[in-house]
Parts: sequence; C-alpha cells; structure tokens
Amino acid sequence: MATAAPARPAMAPEQATQSLGARLADRGIDRALLLLIPAVAIVGLLFVYPFVYGVLISFSPENGGAWANYRDFFTDPYQSQTIWYTVRLALPVAAASLLIALPLAYRLRRDFRGKRVITLLFLLPVTLGSVVLSEGLTTIFSPSGWVNLVLGGIGLGPVSVLYSYWGTFVAGVLGIVPLMLLLLIGFFGGIDPALEDAAATLGAGRTVRFWRVTFPLVLPGLVTTLSLALVEAFAIFPSAVLVGEPNASTHVLSIPIYEAAQQRFDYSAASADATIMVLVELLVLGLLTALRTRLYRGAASGGKG
Amino acid sequence: MTTTLTAPPVVAGPAGTRRRDPRRFTLTGVLTYTAAGCFVLVLLGLFAALILESFATAWRGGWLPAGFTGSWFAQAWNDPAYGVSSHLLTTFEIGVSVIVISVLAGVPAAYVLARRSFPGKSLVMVLLALPILLPPLTYATQLSSLIYTIGLGSTLPGVILSNLVPALPFVILVMTPFVEQVRPDVEQAARMCGANTWHLFGRIIGPLLLPGVLAASILTLVRVFGAFELTFFVAGPQSQSLIVAVFGAAANPAGSAPPLVAAMAVCYMATSLVVFALALSFVNPTQIVSRERKS
Repeated sequence: MATAAPARPAMAPEQATQSLGARLADRGIDRALLLLIPAVAIVGLLFVYPFVYGVLISFSPENGGAWANYRDFFTDPYQSQTIWYTVRLALPVAAASLLIALPLAYRLRRDFRGKRVITLLFLLPVTLGSVVLSEGLTTIFSPSGWVNLVLGGIGLGPVSVLYSYWGTFVAGVLGIVPLMLLLLIGFFGGIDPALEDAAATLGAGRTVRFWRVTFPLVLPGLVTTLSLALVEAFAIFPSAVLVGEPNASTHVLSIPIYEAAQQRFDYSAASADATIMVLVELLVLGLLTALRTRLYRGAASGGKG
Repeated sequence: MTTTLTAPPVVAGPAGTRRRDPRRFTLTGVLTYTAAGCFVLVLLGLFAALILESFATAWRGGWLPAGFTGSWFAQAWNDPAYGVSSHLLTTFEIGVSVIVISVLAGVPAAYVLARRSFPGKSLVMVLLALPILLPPLTYATQLSSLIYTIGLGSTLPGVILSNLVPALPFVILVMTPFVEQVRPDVEQAARMCGANTWHLFGRIIGPLLLPGVLAASILTLVRVFGAFELTFFVAGPQSQSLIVAVFGAAANPAGSAPPLVAAMAVCYMATSLVVFALALSFVNPTQIVSRERKS
C-alpha cells in the first residue's frame, strides 16, 4: 500500500481507475466491502451452492429419467401424503401454540417482578431441543406415568398420547410456544404504552383497547411470529420419530428425507424430497409475507419528543 | 388508622373497581394462566421425570421408581457404545471450531453491514437471513451429500462445516447491534490522531466489541449444543455430538434401557444448562430469539 501510493499520480491509466474508484466509493463500494468476502463466501459455498447442487442431483436419479424422483414422490400416495400429514400436524400445532402464547405474551408485555424467571423457564425448551422433550414425554405420558396418574385422580381417565399423532402434537406445542412467546413479548413490548393510555383517557375499555389499539399494532409482528412457527412446524423431525408414528399418522415431510438419506443412502431422492420441503416452506413464508405487507406498517413506538 | 384505610377507595373511583383487580379475575385471565400453568407443569414434570428416571433401578409407572442407583450414569459416561464423555468432548470441539471461524468471518461482515450502505446490501441481508429462517432440515441433506462427495462425510471437519451455516449468520446478527453501539465519532477521532486501519481495529473497535464477541460466542455454543439435524445428517459414529448420540440411543428399536437413555439426556441437559447459564450472564434472554426491537 505504501509503495503503491506515490506511483499513482505519475501514470495516466491509474488516474482513470482512481477516479473510477472515487466514483464507486461515492456509491458505497470501496475496500471496506472486502471485509464481507469471507462471510459471503462461506454462506455461498455451504448454503447457496448445496441448494443448487441438491436441485441438480435431484434431477439425476439412479434409475429413470430426470423427473423420476419427483414423479415417484407425487405418484406414490405413501410419499405424497406426507404433505397433507405435515399440514395436518403443523397448522394445529401453530394454532394451539398461538392460543397459549398470545394471551400470555399480552399479559407479560410490561415489566414486572419475576419476568426474567418466566422468560428463562420458557427458554429452556428452546435451548434443550425436541430430542430431550420427546424423551421426557415418553416418561410422563406413559400409561401409568404422572400425567395419567393425575388425570385418573381427577376422573378424566387415562389418555394415550404416545406413539401417535398426539405425541408429536404435544412435543410440537412444547417446542413452539416458547419460540412464539419470546418473539411476541418483544413485539408487544415495542408498542408504546402511551397509545393504550391515550385510548383509555378517551374512554376505551379493556376489550376495546386490545382489539382496536394493541391488536392492529401487533398484527405485523404476529404474522412474522406465525410464519416462523409454521416454518418450524413444517420441519418437525425428532419428535415425529421418537413419540409419533413415523410410518403412519406422523409420516411428515421430514421422514422421507431421513429414510432416503440415512437408510437407503439415495441422496438424489433425499435431495428431491428436501427440495419439495423447501418449496413448501417458501410458499408459506411467501404467503404470510404478502399478507404482512398489507398490514399497518407505521411506528408503534412513540415518536421522539 | 381508620381514615387512612378507608380513604383510598373514595379517591380511586367507583366502589368495587379497586377491590376486585380486573386484571386477575377475568375469564380470559383465568384461561390464560390455566393454559400457561399446564404448560409449565408438563415442562417441569418432564424434566423432573427424566432426572428421576436416570437414577431409577427400574420405573414401570407409578409416582416414584422402585429404587435408586447411580450406575446408569457410570455406564453412560464410560460405555464405549454410548460414551457421553467422548461425545461431550466432540461437541466442544465442534463448538469451539465453529465459534472461531464464525467470529473471524462474521465480525468484519457485521461491521460492514452495520456501517455501510452499498448496492446489493439487501441481497446480502436476505442471503444471511435465510439460513436462520429456514429450518436446518431443508438444507441438511443437500449439504451432507455435498460434504460426503468431497470426502469429509462422517468426519469432524465435515460436521464443523455444516454447523457453520446457521452459526455464521447468527454471529453477524448478534454482532450488528454491538457495532451500531460504537459511535462513528470514536473511529474518526482515532483516525485524526493518526491511527491506521490495523490500529483502529486492534486498539479501538476490537476492544469495544469484545463483550459482543463474547456474547455471540457463548450463544453460538448454546446453539451448536442443540443443533440436532445438521450434525445428525453429516456425522459418523466418531464425530457425533451428544444430542445426536441421545437421539440414536432413544430411537434404537433394539432398546437401550430407558434409564440409560435418560441418564444420557440428563448429562446433555446438565452441560447445556451450564453453557446456557453462562450465556445469560452476558446477554438479555430475548436476544437469543429475536433482536431487541427498541433502538
């Protein structure tokens, strides 16, 4: 650098590049952008490239033509049903989680004593993951486990949840409620309390304040939360194997990927299944993002002043 | 005394509104807290049951196991087939490597993204957001197939590479607000006093970002501990992290003894809770899931 600098003014072509450099710098392109290269290269090579690679190998199956994997998927009811099974699991899980998380997040929106403890408690399942949650569920929901002892004690009878649709459902809700709650507390917390107070001085009751003031303001955040939850729920995997029926009612989209990659070592078919999952995920994200752009997008926190 | 006791309701408004705090006794309130209570009970019960089971000689139902023993832990820790100790070591090796690479590549990137605007910036942002938004299962197979093709399948470097994909964007996400907190004036002042770029980063910005780097590192470790799918698809028996080993034992149809699986799960829980507690001493818990929306 030090040696290059004095040489520059002497040469005419260098001057041209220098002014080009200056013009680029005006538009925000300069050497500082080089700092981005390692990160972009890593994400490009390990995330974008595998996606392209996966799509490519999904079109070169071991047997049959280019579309054989996809044809197999959509003509074999056992495989194509996975989309329906996934929707049938993911939507109720997201809805149930929202029913638990939304009212609680609304009540926890202001600071109060013990908020940290509650936040921590709900962070536990996020941190530990669904493998441990499923393993614990097999113990407490076993036929004479704690849950059935309690339910039997109050006369609600034994429930059989394990190794069925409902096992994966419970595991899914346990994993997704905390995610939703923590996001929603953030979104509710971003709404200036003065807006609610203003509505109250104008005579709005609690119900009106929620539905007419807070709810519309939190709606974009709610849609974001819901998209993240759905995306997670569409990719439920360990709990579908550990506490569900991976060959029947919880034969969700992730199971064919797992079977193709880990049991048949057919990476071409596994990539085709994963590509289908990506398309479904992007469809969900796209739909909800489109919905979100139609909602109120102004400031929810008070202005400066 | 009597006057001070009766005075407040009169000031507060119509009688009755004060004695029954509307916040606590509405129907929605009762429903909300009942649901939340059930949720917390199941959650805590689940962890308690796992811990109890890991110490049980056998537990075929009922409130408590028949007897208690510590032998499952001894077996889980040392058993060559389950070896919690070696899986734990592997997990930390993966975690530390991922942290070092992510911080080295991520902090400069976070700096540029926080300070500069340039054409194509939004494209870079989307590129960095996708690995966090999409669940690992959507790209784990393709990535593992690629890693097997280049000959790193079932090896530790392969597992490290695949764990980088969500970790690096996560480090950038966590670091960006920390960079924004460093005022540009500080940099300009350092430049005025004659600092070159190396001095600027080594002496001025670097030290100011150190708390952020520490937070990002420990949070990355938390995430590597729990990252199941990515490691599951790439790892071989010798390069499994602990959570993958727990899943392997739990899903094994031949049947590992349930208390043994519980003991492995408890080992996993205990270690990740220690890391988690460490993480919380550095960051606000909500930052783990979302960026603070308040500026």
